[in-house]
Amino acid sequence: MAEAASVAAESLAGSRARAARTVLGQVVLPGEELLLPEQEDAEGPGGAVERPLSLNAGACSRVRVVCGPGLRRCGDRLLVTKCGRLRHKEPGSGSGGGVYWVDSQQKRYVPVKGDHVIGIVTAKSGDIFKVDVGGSEPASLSYLSFEGATKRNRPNVQVGDLIYGQFVVANKDMEPEMVCIDSCGRANGMGVIGQDGLLFKVTLGLIRKLLAPDCEIIQEVGKLYPLEIVFGMNGRIWVKAKTIQQTLILANILEACEHMTSDQRKQIFSRLAES
Amino acid sequence: MAAERKTKLSKNLLRMKFMQRGLDSETKKQLEEEEKKIISEEHWYLDLPELKEKESFIIEEQSFLLCEDLLYGRMSFRGFNPEVEKLMLQMNAKHKAEEVEDETVELDVSDEEMARRYETLVGTIGKKFARKRDHANYEEDENGDITPIKAKKMFLKPQD
Repeated sequence: MAEAASVAAESLAGSRARAARTVLGQVVLPGEELLLPEQEDAEGPGGAVERPLSLNAGACSRVRVVCGPGLRRCGDRLLVTKCGRLRHKEPGSGSGGGVYWVDSQQKRYVPVKGDHVIGIVTAKSGDIFKVDVGGSEPASLSYLSFEGATKRNRPNVQVGDLIYGQFVVANKDMEPEMVCIDSCGRANGMGVIGQDGLLFKVTLGLIRKLLAPDCEIIQEVGKLYPLEIVFGMNGRIWVKAKTIQQTLILANILEACEHMTSDQRKQIFSRLAES
Repeated sequence: MAAERKTKLSKNLLRMKFMQRGLDSETKKQLEEEEKKIISEEHWYLDLPELKEKESFIIEEQSFLLCEDLLYGRMSFRGFNPEVEKLMLQMNAKHKAEEVEDETVELDVSDEEMARRYETLVGTIGKKFARKRDHANYEEDENGDITPIKAKKMFLKPQD
C-alpha cells in the first residue's frame, strides 16, 4: 500500500492525467484525472500536451462510457472523488464503453435510487411512514406502496418494524422516498421483515463483497444450519436462525469475516461444524 | 377642411390593425422594424459569444447495481424460509438469464385432475338443463358425486 500511495502521490505532483486503462486495479486518490481510451490515443507520447478538441463530428468515434460511484465527469475526463481501487467492467451486450468505478470503503450510507435497503420505521404520520435508512434524512414510505394495499386495506406496519424496500427517489436535493413494490406492483420479497432475528451494521464494502455472485463466505455459512439473512445496501444485515445462540454466532461471523483471511475463516467454520 | 388640418393620431392608434390595412407593404415593414428595435433595446442580454454545447459521452451514475452483478438481498438456507428460497431462485435466475426467458407454461392443474373434474362437470351442467322429471336421473350418491343413473324406472303393469 505504501508503494502504491507514493506512486499515486508522484503522479499527482506531476499533475498529469493518466490513462484509465493503465490504472485498473490500482489505488487512485481524489483529485486525479483519468483519460479514457479514445483520448489516450489522441494524446501523443508526450502525454502532457493539451490538444484542442476537434468539433468535427465525423472524426468522433466515441462510445458511451458510464462513470460509476467515486468518479465524476470533468470535461472529457474522469475525475476521481473517492480513494480506492479503480475497476472496469466491459459492456455485456454491445452498448458501448463499459463502466468505470472506484471500489472504496465507507460506513456512512448515501441513498441511491434503486438500492434495496433495510429501514426501521420511526414514525407514522397520516399516509406515510418515516423510515430511518442510515442516511442524512429519514425516507418516506407511503402506505400504498405495499403489495395489495388500498385505501381501505392498510398494511400492518407498526413503529419499530423492519422494512426491506427500494428507493424510487434519492438525490441530494430531495427527501428520499422508498417503496416496497416493484414497477409491476409485485412485492418480490420486499415489505415488512418478520419477527425475531437480529439487525446489525457493517461497512458498505462488506455487503457488496458478500453479495458478489461467487462469495465463498455465504456458501459456507449456508451449510452450517438453517438460517435466513437479509442484506441491505445501507450496511445493515438482519439474520435469523432457530435459536438465539445460532443467531449470535452467525452475526459474529459476518461481522468478523471482513478482517479475516480465508484460512482463518476456514478454521472457524471447521470448528463450528464440529461442535 | 380635413385636408388643411391633419389630426394628430397617437402612435398606439396608428399601430392598430385597422389603421394598417391602408398602408402598403414597405411602410408596414418599416414600422415593424422600428418596433423590434424598441423592444430589443429594452431587453437585457448577455454580451458573450455563443457557446456551443458539447455532447458528452460520459454518463454519471451513482449506483453500484450497474457496476457489479450483485445477488438478491434476501437469502434463506436449508429450508428455513421456503418462500425466500423460491424468491432466490427466481430473482437470481432472472438476473443471470436476462435475454432469453424460458417460455415453459406451467400447468396449474394436472391432466388427471382435469379429467376428474370434467367427469363430474358433465353431471352438474346436465342437471342444470334437465327438466324436473329428469332430476331423478341425477341423484347424488354417498360421495357427493353426481352420477347419472343408467336404469330408468319404467311403468310396471300390475299382474292382474
